[in-house]
Amino acid sequence: MAEEEYKDVWVFVEQTDGEPAAVSWELLGAGADLAKTLGVELCAIVIGDKVEHLCQESFAYGASKVYLMDAPVFHYYRTEPYYKAVCYLIEKYKPEVVLVGATSLGRDLAPAVATELKTGLTEGCTGLTIDESRSLLQTRPVYGGNIMATIVTERVRPQMATVRPRAMPIPEKDTSRQGEIVRESMVISEDDIGVKVLEVIDSRKQGEAVDITAADIVVSGGRGVQSKENFRILQELADELGGVIASSRAAVEADMAPMEIWIGQSGKTVRPKIYIACGISGAIQHLAGMRDSDVIIAINYDRHAPIFEVANYGIEGDLLQVVPAITKHIRELRAQK
Amino acid sequence: MLIVTCIKQVPDTAYIKIDPATGLLIREGVPSIINPFDAHALEESVRLKDKYGFRVVAISMGPPDSEAVLRNAVALGADEVILLSDPVFGGADTLATSMVLAEAIRRLAQNEEVAMVICGKQTTDGATAQVGPGIATRLKYSQLTLVDQIQNVDQEARKVRVRRMLEGRYEIVEAALPSVITVVPQINQPREPTVPMQMRAEMAEVTLWDNKEMNLPEESVGLKGSLTRVRKIFIPIMPEAEILGDGISDPEGAASLLVDTLIEEGIFSL
Repeated sequence: MAEEEYKDVWVFVEQTDGEPAAVSWELLGAGADLAKTLGVELCAIVIGDKVEHLCQESFAYGASKVYLMDAPVFHYYRTEPYYKAVCYLIEKYKPEVVLVGATSLGRDLAPAVATELKTGLTEGCTGLTIDESRSLLQTRPVYGGNIMATIVTERVRPQMATVRPRAMPIPEKDTSRQGEIVRESMVISEDDIGVKVLEVIDSRKQGEAVDITAADIVVSGGRGVQSKENFRILQELADELGGVIASSRAAVEADMAPMEIWIGQSGKTVRPKIYIACGISGAIQHLAGMRDSDVIIAINYDRHAPIFEVANYGIEGDLLQVVPAITKHIRELRAQK
Repeated sequence: MLIVTCIKQVPDTAYIKIDPATGLLIREGVPSIINPFDAHALEESVRLKDKYGFRVVAISMGPPDSEAVLRNAVALGADEVILLSDPVFGGADTLATSMVLAEAIRRLAQNEEVAMVICGKQTTDGATAQVGPGIATRLKYSQLTLVDQIQNVDQEARKVRVRRMLEGRYEIVEAALPSVITVVPQINQPREPTVPMQMRAEMAEVTLWDNKEMNLPEESVGLKGSLTRVRKIFIPIMPEAEILGDGISDPEGAASLLVDTLIEEGIFSL
């Protein structure tokens, strides 16, 4: 099948229990620009169980058409029914670009689809543009973000990419927009699917007091905090900011913080709006867990600590003095309001 | 029954430096290690071997010096190790990589039933997390990613029950075997090899399967079999951190300046 026969930009709208993932709307925003450059339609794929309401939302965020597959077999995400549904739609309608959010779901689904269709997939993109030959230029960080690579899928279609959440802005929502719903169905029997979701457990019920990966503001401590008791200083700031505390590996190994809040390559990955790194040197394994935060603030007495290379703002000083001073200043400002 | 563990030798990212003149990776002097995520995969495979009696075969697609991580796998408990290496396998993207690994697993499965393929979630170099799902799709095995607990294996019923670590929640999932399972570091703490195991590793045979052995069409492997191409590599321009105030002589002043700046810039509101 020739490249030219593939047309349109598609965005996979991710949902869990009927709740859409925000990245889906970000991708419609990015997709709109691509579709405009290519002179083609922007469409959404909505798959789930009782998810028709997401069609209207997809139109509101810019899609002109939604391919909808609504059936009980899609209630819980599982690779098999979802990748088969997406492959069926792609083979039938032949989009030239397919975008998926680089979430746990998207990173499970997209490679299954790309492998089945024998097409190119680029992971975790932070930038997407179209070049003169109508190819999708896909830019992503590699080697922990120290280098960026621009990748193309040659010869085959669709060009698939997963895109980092919050790499693209959410577009304007226009609830008056209308579009076309293309209802599709497949015969997928529950009996044929070898995977069953037995239980879904909220992280908080699992004994984790807080899901740090969902927090907007993270106050994180490293070796420089020096003691478990001193973490209280960070907790006070976190409380004042409405955020959570976290730690580096060094703090966990020194028994200053529990494993559950360890951020790093072998720990958790966070991408909050604000990440305040207190007494954290910024070893590459730690950066792997937090460098995509929107704003990084470093507080460290060592001006040459690697953390300052990724930080937006920094204070060179003793965190045991600086952190309480930040908390105090915010409280003062609030009291004045 | 077999557990196949896929492992990759990667450059130690702690030592990665970029030549500012060319923007390219400086490879000399950068030590090679087992992909840290694969160390967890191997550890989990060996734990399952200890618990259920599986045989563990570790495979790796890579250049000849990848033999080192396979020997290391023997020291950690793998029963057999196979290096998939051929010049034509080089330059592979994830699609061309899963092609080779899946074929190797298929060959192993011809002689002995494969219960599970266990992989690390992703590598520290490419970090795409695409190869595990690629293998599952090619072999039509069930696919379970982001597993932080393998709770139970029912060998008779050919089922596995796992916990997956997702955003803000966990899922308990049961899958029919054979299954491809990708694991997160939270799953276990890899063991250190004992001295007797190290010695065993030094004497172990690392089987080599090149493409004469594997007989894969050259258009489907390596650079030729890759559908994605790197057009350009560049170093992102990272703006320098704005250092606020003098935190050493005036911590309160610096702290106030930080808060005021964040509010002014709209990053934080009271």
